[in-house]
Amino acid sequence: MAGDAATAEQIESIRAGLGLDRPLVVQFGIWLGKVASGDLGESFYYRIKVATLIGQRLEPTLALATLTILIAVFVSIPLGVAAAWRFGGWFDRFLMGFSVMGFSVPVFVLAYMLIWLVSLKLGWFPVQGYRRLADGFLPFLHHLILPAITLSVIYIALIARVTRASVLEALGEDYIRTARAKGLPELRVLVRHALANAAVPIATVIGIGIAILIGGVVVTESVYAIPGLGRLTVDAVLARDFPTIQGVILFFSFIYVLVNLLIDLSYVFLDPRIRY
Amino acid sequence: MLWRNWSVRIGGSTLLLLLLVAVLAPWMGTVDPTLFDAASRDLVPGAAGEIMTLEGEVKKHTFVMGSDSFGRDVYSRVLYGTRVSLVVGIASALLAVFFGVLCGLAAGYIRWLDGLLMRVMDGIMAIPAILIAIAVVALWRANLPTVIVAIAIPEIPRVTRLVRALVLSIREEPYVEAAVALGTPTRKIMFGHILPNTVAPLLVQGTYICAFSILLEAILSFLGVGLPPDIPTWGNIMAEGRVQFVAYPHNVFFPGIFLALTVLAVNILGDGLRDTLDPKMAKRV
Repeated sequence: MAGDAATAEQIESIRAGLGLDRPLVVQFGIWLGKVASGDLGESFYYRIKVATLIGQRLEPTLALATLTILIAVFVSIPLGVAAAWRFGGWFDRFLMGFSVMGFSVPVFVLAYMLIWLVSLKLGWFPVQGYRRLADGFLPFLHHLILPAITLSVIYIALIARVTRASVLEALGEDYIRTARAKGLPELRVLVRHALANAAVPIATVIGIGIAILIGGVVVTESVYAIPGLGRLTVDAVLARDFPTIQGVILFFSFIYVLVNLLIDLSYVFLDPRIRY
Repeated sequence: MLWRNWSVRIGGSTLLLLLLVAVLAPWMGTVDPTLFDAASRDLVPGAAGEIMTLEGEVKKHTFVMGSDSFGRDVYSRVLYGTRVSLVVGIASALLAVFFGVLCGLAAGYIRWLDGLLMRVMDGIMAIPAILIAIAVVALWRANLPTVIVAIAIPEIPRVTRLVRALVLSIREEPYVEAAVALGTPTRKIMFGHILPNTVAPLLVQGTYICAFSILLEAILSFLGVGLPPDIPTWGNIMAEGRVQFVAYPHNVFFPGIFLALTVLAVNILGDGLRDTLDPKMAKRV
């Protein structure tokens, strides 16, 4: 930060200016006090407010996460229901195998496989980069879709597994037999009776999966060169920009807790038996 | 009894094979993985070339997996990378299980500690694992012990919760009640009567933590915040190879395939262990 030719006094004055000469506990206490009053401090590296910095980088991450969750939910829940419907059949075994694979293939390995196949060989999507939503919706989506597919695979594996397990449990209940005996169409039995009663664990795992999603965002943004919060986290660690690291981690944790709180509250709608 | 399960067989034997590769790496036609030769940069897989050893002697060498942009042999680096991955995976899992067991036993058996300890664990669990690991590595300089600790810390709460839940149900068992009635000291009940009954679920959980740790180590290295780039880890090889990914994809693919295979093997082993050792858990998921 001071350059290679800095004297000892210059380094000392920069350290004092940043407050780095005080004990760690005191530094942390001051930071905590400021956070309580809504001030995340100033980035050592970018020399702007951390809150402003997070605001600038929020759009790509939010877009990537939203698209990923949408893809994951719309793909995984039908897959999970289908696997539970034909429990033990070939599709069920295929899905379970896929889900173990999904947990095991690291996000960045998958990312490079997809880039190589879809972008380099087939040329369907750009290799890297990001377009802002303000530049038009189609280019925005075109750049975002491959990262979102990459990131959604592990999420699909997770949600499909839990959907299968909880729908399977619901299918064993008496009311399913009643519904079938009434002569309801099978699809209606599966969706209206089995899936609706399996909704709470599925919602829970979507919330828990946000942690995996945040970890995946950090990696995916690095691979696809998306200038979001994940890229910011890595850059801040490499630059040893502590206020930014603290700010981003606090922000991510806040989002994680907030989403899980909202999901807890949504149980009231998913299952009328639950009241707070 | 364990070996009868196909998942245990497949996962276990793949893992044994990788363990052999890690131990026997120096005798499998490799060269020093940090050795670089400017004359043999960016070779494609299978290219024959030569490499200069530190003593200055020139050796004929076939680059089975090609070479990277420094002229290092990717095959040697990938094989030596197995060591780092397995050491980090196993050490992190052991560390997380050890501290998780201590905290879980304490929370489950010593009632006044429970509230305090579990709130701390809830706090750790509120931060995504990868961010804790990145933050811990950022605090210290990254080397093997700090990376292992950084990866183990976010896993401790999961073990703690598991052990606490087990302890809470085991402590109501008649044999524990009998031990209490006989005046057995608390320490002896905790380690002699309760701990042995938590081994099977812990083994399953530990295996999953091992798989996740291997993954996390590779991610840290890949992002450039893990072990220093000259150390051959799969993440580091991929981080180095990604710069030239379009021209030479093999520098990313070979370590990537090894990484995915290893994690897959550990996960399959975990599933097999779960099905045989912990039938109650197998029914749940």
